[in-house]
Amino acid sequence: MRRVIYEFNESVRIAVSQIRANKMRSALTALGVVIGIVAVTLMGTAIKGIDVGVDRSLAGFGDDVLYVTKWPWRDVEDWWNYRNRRPIQTTYANQINRWIADHPDGALKLAVPTANRGSNIIRGEYRVNNIWTLGTSADFPRMSKSEMKEGRFFSDFEAQAGRNVLVIGFDVADALFRNESPLGKQVRVGGQTFEVIGVAAKQGSFLGLFSWDSMVAMPLGTYRRYFSARNDGEVRVQYDGTRLAAAKDELSGLMRRIRQLGPEQRNDFEINEQGTIREQLDPIKNGIALAGLFITGLALFVGAIGIMNITYVSVKERTKEIGTRKALGARRRTILLQFLIEAVAICVIGGLAGLALAGGLSAIVGAVAPAFPLVFSGALVVTGLVISVFTGIFSGFAPAWQASKLDPVEALRYE
Amino acid sequence: MTPLSVPSAAVPRPVRPPGPLVIEIEGVSKLYKMGAETIHALRGVNLQIRRNEYLAIMGPSGSGKSTLMNMLGCLDTPTAGRYEFAGKNVAKMNDDELADIRNREIGFVFQSFNLLPRSDALHNVELPLIYGGIPSGERHARAQTALENVGLGDRVHHRPNELSGGQRQRVAIARALVNRPSIILADEPTGALDSKTGIEIMALFEQLYGQGNTIIVVTHEEDVARHARRIVRLRDGLIESDGPAD
Repeated sequence: MRRVIYEFNESVRIAVSQIRANKMRSALTALGVVIGIVAVTLMGTAIKGIDVGVDRSLAGFGDDVLYVTKWPWRDVEDWWNYRNRRPIQTTYANQINRWIADHPDGALKLAVPTANRGSNIIRGEYRVNNIWTLGTSADFPRMSKSEMKEGRFFSDFEAQAGRNVLVIGFDVADALFRNESPLGKQVRVGGQTFEVIGVAAKQGSFLGLFSWDSMVAMPLGTYRRYFSARNDGEVRVQYDGTRLAAAKDELSGLMRRIRQLGPEQRNDFEINEQGTIREQLDPIKNGIALAGLFITGLALFVGAIGIMNITYVSVKERTKEIGTRKALGARRRTILLQFLIEAVAICVIGGLAGLALAGGLSAIVGAVAPAFPLVFSGALVVTGLVISVFTGIFSGFAPAWQASKLDPVEALRYE
Repeated sequence: MTPLSVPSAAVPRPVRPPGPLVIEIEGVSKLYKMGAETIHALRGVNLQIRRNEYLAIMGPSGSGKSTLMNMLGCLDTPTAGRYEFAGKNVAKMNDDELADIRNREIGFVFQSFNLLPRSDALHNVELPLIYGGIPSGERHARAQTALENVGLGDRVHHRPNELSGGQRQRVAIARALVNRPSIILADEPTGALDSKTGIEIMALFEQLYGQGNTIIVVTHEEDVARHARRIVRLRDGLIESDGPAD
């Protein structure tokens, strides 16, 4: 064991002196690995960034919320089984809230009705089209994680009275009120005049997921007066975030009672959670990850071939030295280790340089375009280094093996 | 080139009493395949070498001299025959066992020194100790002593390119000695040196022999061989003569 340690130290020493003796050659070879590691780690940060972007987008609406809807969020094949379900009444929210008030220890915390459509919003010559228009109760901001940039959300009184007040998202405000405060200004939604009373803080959007930024909200009563006489929509229910299963059970039971379903009848409503969105995004994300890593992996592979080539050259050049070392008692594994460590050393140097470069690049991207999600993490550094080491072993093994198998007599005779 | 003078020829040269058997070779032959041709490098050689011997192996090129040297140095194994090194059967050993024998039992001195160019003298001498698993403190001390023994105590941190040919060969000899091997196997040790330096190196071998080392010199130069106490002459893969020098 001790001997292996000495041989290891000796190998590191040889590797360092070889790399110093052939600076240019080592640097050029390492460059291939640098490019490979930069490509792979940037891809890694981008994939990690997708996760973060999804989280950020979903968290904006509260990640502890269940959505009671007619249609499930997942893709369904048998759509005809869902089409004839009764609509989800926004009034269910009141019934659920009453139940919550009676059961303070339950997993459910708050219910909010929502109804939505796309509308065009006009202010003078400015207009924005097909904006997600939400009718809801005054409780909505308690559930959503977003803050107000200026102004306020509408009050319970305004909601009950069905006033023409509007809370607008950041991008909507930006488009309609470029250099002025929207507060107290009037806009037209679906031919009706509304007063803007609040602007939501910028939330950022990712992969076209819902974002507050391009939404407007008004009291549900107002919404129904102008846009939908029917009472259908959905109900969002906030729950104690640690008790998802209990919350789903309670809500399911409650909904069955509200819908007066008999014990033999199946649920004719759907309880969705944000995890479903995540599950739907996962295959997309994995596809991107797989394709991306494959392509960037090719870059690394080219780098590895460079290392393999230079290690073969090194073995050839130092055939006589290998013979001498064998004559002095170096075993096969000693020679193998020597050339492996040399290859790994070049790869690790390239890997460190690549990681530094990738870290710098993602910092620059982060500074220039904060919305673009690149996440450079410590785990990525470790992964990068592990990949470098394995690249070195992968590319150094064949030449090192060849060196270890050299016949000492032949090697000593080599000039 | 002036022939090497033999400084000790005038005075009677001491012959140390031979010790126990180190090398025993019996009926050893070696075949090489060169394309379609089979070359009989050795055709049944018998040789016994004892501790404290100073032996020269001579022969023209093609005589099997190099093959025998590789065999003695455990760099190669015989095609047929028996080879025992200190009672161990070398013919049956695998690569790693041979490496261990070379490390512990044999000190090589090459014609072209074969030093590591980017390492200083001390590290070059330490190399067999590294492969022998000796801890670094002891390694430094032993390498230092070995270099002092060959008169290079003040050159330990010089690299080979900062040393003269004679000094390089001394470093190589120190490296051969450092693991206290059973035999020192020198292949044309003066072949790359001028005659004056060659004489110095042969004087060093004489001194090492006097200190109780077993030395085998492989050479084609009579002047070099004459330093030994026993000369083995090879021709066409067979031992032609084996007897005391002069």
